[in-house]
Amino acid sequence: MSDYAYIVLIPLLPLASFLLLGLFGRKYFTKSAGIIGTLALLASTAIALMAARQYFFIDGKVAGAYHQIIAFKYTWLAFSPGVSIDMGIVIDPISVMMLVVVSFVSLMVHMFSLGYMKGEERFATYYAYLGLFTFSMLGLVLSVNIFQVYLFWELVGVSSFLLIGYYYEKPTAVAASKKAFIVTRFADLGFLIGILILGFYSGTLDISTLIHKLTAVQSPEYIAITTAGFLGASALTWALVLVFIGGAGKSAMFPLHIWLPDAMEGPTPVSALIHAATMVVAGVYLVARLFPVFSMDATALQVVTYIGAFSALLAAIIACTQTDIKRVLAFSTMSQIGYMMFALGVSKQVGEQGLGYMASMFHLFTHAFFKSLLFLCAGAVIHLVHSNEIKDMGGLRKLMPITHIAFLIACLAIAGVPPFAGFFSKEEILLAAFNANKLIYGVALFTAALTAFYMFRLYFSIFWSKESAHHETHHEGTVSMKIPLIILAVCTIGVGFIPFAKLVTADGAALETHIDILFSLAPVGLTLIAILIAARLYKQQNEGPQKIADALGVFYRVVSRKFYMDELYLFITKKIIFPLIGKPIAWIDRNIVDGCMNALAAITVKISGWIKGMQSGKVQGYALYFFGGVTLLAILFIYVWK
Amino acid sequence: MNSLSEIPLAHILFVSTALFFIGMYGLFTRKNLVTLLMAIELMLNSVNINFVAFNKYLYPGKLDGIFFSLFIITIAAAEAAVAIAIIINLYRSHQSIDVDDATEMKY
Amino acid sequence: MNAHAIIFYLISAFLLGTGILSVTTKKIFRSAIWLLFSLVGIASLYFWMEVEFVAAVQIIVYVGGIVILIIFSIFLTQQSGKEMPGPGLLRTVFSLLAVLFGAGFCCMLINEYGFTQLPGTQFSVAVADIGTQMLSTADHGFVLPFEVVSMLLLGAMIGCIVIAMKSKEAKNKGVLENEQEAVGTVISSQQNNRL
Repeated sequence: MSDYAYIVLIPLLPLASFLLLGLFGRKYFTKSAGIIGTLALLASTAIALMAARQYFFIDGKVAGAYHQIIAFKYTWLAFSPGVSIDMGIVIDPISVMMLVVVSFVSLMVHMFSLGYMKGEERFATYYAYLGLFTFSMLGLVLSVNIFQVYLFWELVGVSSFLLIGYYYEKPTAVAASKKAFIVTRFADLGFLIGILILGFYSGTLDISTLIHKLTAVQSPEYIAITTAGFLGASALTWALVLVFIGGAGKSAMFPLHIWLPDAMEGPTPVSALIHAATMVVAGVYLVARLFPVFSMDATALQVVTYIGAFSALLAAIIACTQTDIKRVLAFSTMSQIGYMMFALGVSKQVGEQGLGYMASMFHLFTHAFFKSLLFLCAGAVIHLVHSNEIKDMGGLRKLMPITHIAFLIACLAIAGVPPFAGFFSKEEILLAAFNANKLIYGVALFTAALTAFYMFRLYFSIFWSKESAHHETHHEGTVSMKIPLIILAVCTIGVGFIPFAKLVTADGAALETHIDILFSLAPVGLTLIAILIAARLYKQQNEGPQKIADALGVFYRVVSRKFYMDELYLFITKKIIFPLIGKPIAWIDRNIVDGCMNALAAITVKISGWIKGMQSGKVQGYALYFFGGVTLLAILFIYVWK
Repeated sequence: MNSLSEIPLAHILFVSTALFFIGMYGLFTRKNLVTLLMAIELMLNSVNINFVAFNKYLYPGKLDGIFFSLFIITIAAAEAAVAIAIIINLYRSHQSIDVDDATEMKY
Repeated sequence: MNAHAIIFYLISAFLLGTGILSVTTKKIFRSAIWLLFSLVGIASLYFWMEVEFVAAVQIIVYVGGIVILIIFSIFLTQQSGKEMPGPGLLRTVFSLLAVLFGAGFCCMLINEYGFTQLPGTQFSVAVADIGTQMLSTADHGFVLPFEVVSMLLLGAMIGCIVIAMKSKEAKNKGVLENEQEAVGTVISSQQNNRL
């Protein structure tokens, strides 16, 4: 439709990689699968960067604000003149930003996996799955119709399932992939109901039309959806909360977060791609995409804010006690996404009050870089040490210098130390929270300090602490593993300086932002104190941490078992849902539904048996039938057919 | 002697009907093939009575009914002979002439 | 009610009574004798109806031929003195029902039809007339059926002989089976000895 139509290549190239490697990879491309996947992603990333340059710097702006361009729309299923499922591409500040993020991080992961997954038997399948995931995520961010979002949402879920369960011989990996899929699927039920409510009241499934109709206070659709109510809340609140539940499932917000720590069973590059930078931010993206509608309903925004803040705090507390490096990073991801969520929650749509939106998107952008860097470094460490546990690591700074520096940069970024990327985005979030809700600001500040603490606990435990048991003979990793680390580290340093507020805001117009030194004093100060405490406890191996843990006693145990949430879920499913709901339904299905069919069949067999029995071979039986037939005919001829 | 009007035709027909259905009762209930044959003979005889009665009461100028009955008697004799031959053959292969033992022609 | 009518009812009662006895008695020989009496009763009915020729044929062919044949076949196939098993209750009831229903239906039809007798002409059956008409080729002549019936009788005769004849294979098969049995027992006894 417009000259942005080439953007359709961005998702299609990974799809082609998936199809090619999925269908023919096992036989023909066993060694070259990685190169093929990486090249496809390289092309995709190049096109994405080109599109970003074109949109943001050349012709995206109309009347001082970035506007939405529909590059492509195809009506797939038309239910009625207004309601149809379209497939399309929308060009919008956040969609272009996500294009860049997803394709770039995916490219880094593809490159890293060349070295990390070398020698795997199912090398081609791995790259095929990566291609499928990248296609699904890119399709999701470009969606023009809310059902298209749902479609790609499910595809992303499937790709995640396939990738978490990549090592399918391990029962823990299989259980983790099932858990992830079931929990997100359960959340998607809420998402679907929310879509249906929104579609019903606004009479359309197209996102821009939906937003247009439901944000005009005078429109009949808005009046209808706010007057209709159920159990005390308006239909609009219900719809938005249900949609948010879907997003909370994917983004691992409390209480649907249980799948994320277990999802670390997948290969580490997969964790870097999916569970750090892209899939888990899908929920945030969904709320951002529907943000104009969210901003019409204060209750929904409050739900978003409080759940986001609570998840951030909960995850940060739990992360302080975990000993598996990937689980610490998983909880860290949950915490940072909580930040993004409550930043959206405290935001409004227009002008200065849209700071939260901008801050959330900015944090999403920077988080993608430093979180994927953290995971890839963790991957390199695990590759060397062949274990995930912190106690098997220590003193690795001499053995893996590049990884060490990259990890340090990423830790500084996530802790919010200037001038790294995380500092800028976190500042905006804290400012937005401060302007809107002081309680949330307090929670955010405390969580920031905790973040610094547990990240540096991790850093010191891995790279300092004690002397390493390994020798120089182990290598750090291939070149293909080191290059992405270097690139991402550079990005982590530089990305903070992008004038994000000029590019991505809630209403498209540029926001003026500035760094208030006095305001930043509190968070940066707390961060430095936390880093010092961590250094004191973990730089040299000593008794400090153990004594604190013993002093906290029961509380420490509860936290390290993640507040027993997994046990609670297992209890509910095994003791309540299975026997009280699952078993009766299964009984009904087996005995009543199947029973009816079996009864029909049995009746048929019985009747056929009787009919068969008429030909008994007994002459007198035949005589009786004969007589009966003659009598019947006689009666018919005499009385009926005269 | 004028006996025509004393016994109406219907009475003779009742008698022959009763004999026919007695034979039919025997056909349904008898287990032995020979007794079955006897019941069939009763049925044939009842038909004979019918023919003769109709001839006498309705068509006294003609003799067709009598001829019918003569031929029926002849054919009944032939049929009885063939039936006995079959019974003897069946007895040889089944060692019994119970009608329920010869049920090979079933499903 | 003159004697003619009374005789008719007596004859009817006799033939129906013996007919019922014939189909219900458990002794097979008695059944044959009751049949004989019933057929004689029918012959006497023919005599009462003034068709003497048919009555004579009935006695000669049916009573003197067929019943004797039946008695011989009883002797050939089983003990004639033995009691036969009766039919089950279910069969009796159903047959009775069917028969009573059929009889009632037919009687009703007969009643309703209203046969009208032709007045006038007497019914006289002279044997000479029967003979002439039987062999006459004119209209109402029965020479063709007469000839065909003789073919039928021939066919029946030959058929009976063929069906009832013991075939050569059956005779040989009987011998062969006996021989095979003997060989089988010898071999098995040898095997037992070896063990």
